[in-house]
Amino acid sequence: MEKKDLGFRVGTGAFALVLVVIVAAIGFELLRQSSLSIQKFGFAFWRTEVWDPVAGQFGALPFIWGTLYSSVLALIIATPIALGIAVFITDLCPSWLRQPLVFLTELLAAIPSIVYGLWGIFVLVPAVRAIEIGLPDSLREIPIFSGPPLGVGMLSAALILAVMVIPFTSSVSREVLKAVPPAQREGAYALGATRFEAIRTSLFYARTGIVGAIMLGFGRALGETMAVTMVIGNNPKISASLFAPQYTMAAVIANEFTEAADPLYLAALVEIGLVLFVMTLIVNSLSRLLIWSMTRSVMVVAEPSEPVADAA
Amino acid sequence: MMSTRLRKLLSSLFVAFCAGSVIVALVPLAFVLFFVISHGLSSVNLEFFTNMPKPVGEPGGGMGNAIVGTLILSGLAAILAIPVGVVSGVYMSEYAGTRFASIVRFAADTLNGVPSIVIGVFAYGVAVLPFKQFSALAGGFALGIMMIPIIARTTEELLLLVPGAMREGALALGATRARAVFTVVLPAALPGVVTGVVLALARIAGETAPLLFTSFNNRFFTTKLTQPIASLTVQVFTYAISPYEDWHRQAWAGALVLVTIVLVCSLLARIATHRLERMQAR
Repeated sequence: MEKKDLGFRVGTGAFALVLVVIVAAIGFELLRQSSLSIQKFGFAFWRTEVWDPVAGQFGALPFIWGTLYSSVLALIIATPIALGIAVFITDLCPSWLRQPLVFLTELLAAIPSIVYGLWGIFVLVPAVRAIEIGLPDSLREIPIFSGPPLGVGMLSAALILAVMVIPFTSSVSREVLKAVPPAQREGAYALGATRFEAIRTSLFYARTGIVGAIMLGFGRALGETMAVTMVIGNNPKISASLFAPQYTMAAVIANEFTEAADPLYLAALVEIGLVLFVMTLIVNSLSRLLIWSMTRSVMVVAEPSEPVADAA
Repeated sequence: MMSTRLRKLLSSLFVAFCAGSVIVALVPLAFVLFFVISHGLSSVNLEFFTNMPKPVGEPGGGMGNAIVGTLILSGLAAILAIPVGVVSGVYMSEYAGTRFASIVRFAADTLNGVPSIVIGVFAYGVAVLPFKQFSALAGGFALGIMMIPIIARTTEELLLLVPGAMREGALALGATRARAVFTVVLPAALPGVVTGVVLALARIAGETAPLLFTSFNNRFFTTKLTQPIASLTVQVFTYAISPYEDWHRQAWAGALVLVTIVLVCSLLARIATHRLERMQAR
């Protein structure tokens, strides 16, 4: 009997090992395919602003800038809304409304990126262009509003990213808020707190997990490809302007990978992929660590007598 | 100390802000669905499902080849991902406390967070470059890799929900662990696992980025797995960024088909989970 169970363990374990192998293989393969570019450019790759495939000049700075700028903007827009939704669903809404709202916000995450992109090109971009044209001249002096009103550009990308990130941040925040012991809120109410003050208490209690939820959204925004590619304008030029067409790491891979005939060009694109991989890996791991430490500490506080299950 | 009236006002403002956020988030959802349905419905017809793309400039034609392509690619992905995903899910739930299970769980979550475009680059390196050929197989491989962690994690979660008494009953009757899992625990969780697989399929059917340089695209009908193959998503992308009015129309139709797939799968999954919860509550 023991022997058979060992066979079962090893057999299923072998399948589970595949998952670990895939992750390691992705890292290894990206490193191998980009070695040409890594050897040739070294760290200069990440400090150079020139991206000129014809001249064989490859600098990734514009893409890093575009990725970080669009993701941070998206977070600034998405985070308050996502937290508002999470609080509304866990604390404020009538119970019959809860399930439908959860379903609808999850639907936001289920719509394919390409559909957001299509909508972005034909609906969002013209709308953004109209806003840009209508902007009073006095505001145009400010650097973030400078440049011609094209519609495609950083603002459109950030808006569409925000919509795509909201469901992720809000669903994790919801889980985290649910894990806050009811005593926190009840205690606040008992002391005469208003609704806002009671919820603020539980938000404060859940702060670690909420930071984790925001970072999870950040990880999503960093890697988002199609929708951004279709609305950001694809211009490798660093600019602080919201109206300027820019470029992201994911978008340059999507657009130029099949055209990269030269080995060095291809290696440079793979290196961008490698860095994107490492960046999302770090952001996601940190985010999970925060969420886990929050929910775990709550479990310990809430159920002190519960024995640890499955210690086998 | 703030006056009570001010505190109450602040509280009401906060409640209004939260309710407002829900509306702000649902507006884009409504907008996207509205445009996809209104633009899509006017261009979707029988021809769209059965015809092949026409050459540039000729109006008409459809995405028949792309629809078949998406089905083939999703099928290939499922063949790769279902066994690996389900069995590693079984491992994670059976040996939940072990160190290796935590490593696998970490790997699954990591893989889930890897941007799809990076998966595409990886699949290009291992499934396209060595054969010097874009192929349906490479596309299915890329999608399959995206599917594995989703299935593994859902299976794990659902298996942990199965009442311990069922497993213990099987073990008490002298069943081996393998037998208890495959004949008692897994069947009990099966409806949920199937739901998870359907949701994963819906998600990868809408993926574009991993296919751009693995299955590439094909203007012709093919079922050859070693050849480049068309897919709905890549076709929608190509048409959307083209300058032709008629292709834009077809891109909307393609988007409508994609959104319908996603909506139907999500609704089915919703109903199935609802049933499961009711059964467990009983």
